[in-house]
Amino acid sequence: MLQEHAKLLAMMQHTGEIVGRKKLQKLVYIAKQMNQPFREKYQFHMYGPYSEELTLQVEEMCQAQFVSEEREKKSGYYQYRYSLTEQGKTFVDAVLPESTALDSALLAELNEASSKFLELVSTILYFEHLPRDEVRAKVYKVKARQNYSDEDMDEAFDYIDRLRRQ
Amino acid sequence: MARPDGHLEEEKVFKDPVHRYIHVRDELIWELIAAREFQRLRRIRQLGTTYLTFHGAEHSRFTHSLGVYEIMRRMVENLEKKMTWDPDERLVCLAAALLHDIGHGPFSHSFEKVFQTDHEEWTQAIITGDSEVNAVLSRMGEDFAGRVADVIAKTYDNKLIVSLISSQIDADRMDYLLRDAFYTGVSYGQFDMERLLRVMRPEEDQAVFKHSGMHAVEDYILSRYQMYWQVYFHPVTRSAEVILSRILNRARELLEENYEFRQQPVHFVSLFNATMTLEDYVRLDESIIFYYFQEWVKETDPILSDLCTRFMDRHLFKYVECDPSQQMLIWPELQELFRKIGLHPSYYLVIDSSSDLPYDFYRPGEKDERMPIHLQMPDGSLRELSRESDIVEAISGKKRTDHKLYFPADLLEDQTTFAEEKQRILTLLHQQEGS
Repeated sequence: MLQEHAKLLAMMQHTGEIVGRKKLQKLVYIAKQMNQPFREKYQFHMYGPYSEELTLQVEEMCQAQFVSEEREKKSGYYQYRYSLTEQGKTFVDAVLPESTALDSALLAELNEASSKFLELVSTILYFEHLPRDEVRAKVYKVKARQNYSDEDMDEAFDYIDRLRRQ
Repeated sequence: MARPDGHLEEEKVFKDPVHRYIHVRDELIWELIAAREFQRLRRIRQLGTTYLTFHGAEHSRFTHSLGVYEIMRRMVENLEKKMTWDPDERLVCLAAALLHDIGHGPFSHSFEKVFQTDHEEWTQAIITGDSEVNAVLSRMGEDFAGRVADVIAKTYDNKLIVSLISSQIDADRMDYLLRDAFYTGVSYGQFDMERLLRVMRPEEDQAVFKHSGMHAVEDYILSRYQMYWQVYFHPVTRSAEVILSRILNRARELLEENYEFRQQPVHFVSLFNATMTLEDYVRLDESIIFYYFQEWVKETDPILSDLCTRFMDRHLFKYVECDPSQQMLIWPELQELFRKIGLHPSYYLVIDSSSDLPYDFYRPGEKDERMPIHLQMPDGSLRELSRESDIVEAISGKKRTDHKLYFPADLLEDQTTFAEEKQRILTLLHQQEGS
């Protein structure tokens, strides 16, 4: 079990601070789809693919003081900021084998995107087994409230293609 | 024999210890129950290894699935009095409730961890693939099977239907709490389901509850909370899970090393090399697993033989509480000591966390992914449950995490060999607990 926690900590070494629970969720999902060695199980939820397991692992790492969680009030909701602590760095070095390589550039790039965009990208990836026109129809249906435009969808498809080429 | 409206000539009933009777009047449901993929659920326990802790917990996913169907049938009957919808949606709801667990394999929790499989993907494959279930569903129309699969995957466009089968308070959870409490014999897990169904009201995206029924919802939330910590996360059950997953890991490792099994694991090969077909998967059930474990007791590999003996004879690992931040300081020394006394640490020194198990008691959303439970106030407005209920607010967000370190105490306490090393291990382990 500790191996999976350590991978998440190593990811935070590459990304630096991650702002928002939704971003953290989507970032790990997309990285997993890009063959990064994450094993968290995802299901489809309100904002797209979501892993209860990941939520719990992050809570545990916060309790163990490997990750710092800062809560800040936004209009109508709270936003959370996650970053690796010194204790967390020591833990990664002790537990994670050197062979577990993560793609630093990919993770940093994902962290630069907005959480709304990552929500769209992860939702597209969730339905990727379908033909592209069906993926579009499905995303418009399940994400009706997000009002994604055709341009947003094109941008997300291009983004996925580019990540795959890297 | 069915009538043109799809109803059976005569309603069928199943006796059930939780709901008394389960009523079937749709030919579709009757035929789905008869499908071989659904009958297979009789051979898969609902609670995996929990029967080793609570001996009554021998109930199957078959009985649970029928129970979820029955609750959904009653929900739909109540909701239809308060709304109108396409009659076809009723059958989508009932079929999805009945089939929601169809993709579960034997001891799913351990299997999914070890082999990176996902029972929800198998559920989709059984419903939409080459199966008896799919043949029955397809008689309802070309896209019917896909609609049922979408409800279970939570990607169906009618969110109300999705929420009835999968939300913080749904037919699945209602049945498993009542049923698991009944079969384990614990006194937690009780709540007034009839009242919950009576105060349920349809909204656009989810079912909500009349404010006057808040105490019934509170009761349900508390029951869940207690069942998780008293039954689902029981440390003895987790010890059995730890051993089970180590057996599967060991068997895979031996197969990769071309070890000569006395009993070749033919049913596992496609699982081990990730080429499992739907037919292979449907054939796998707990009787097959137990057969191999019995046979592997006689294997010459000492690890596989020992772990299988422990599982079959219930000689489980003992545990100490552990704190990962402290544990990392002594981890290298502990591993080295285990190697020295001839115990492979990957198999005999295992940390298990409660996060490896389902953990979904209610927490208020903030900007979270969960759809909160809403109460319908007397003026018709909606209020999130924990804002109205002091009891729910008190347990919302109270996260309990639990790490345990499992080890074979019997081997460490037998100090006829490596006495010094074993004593040091025991000292380190108990230091953990005290830290």
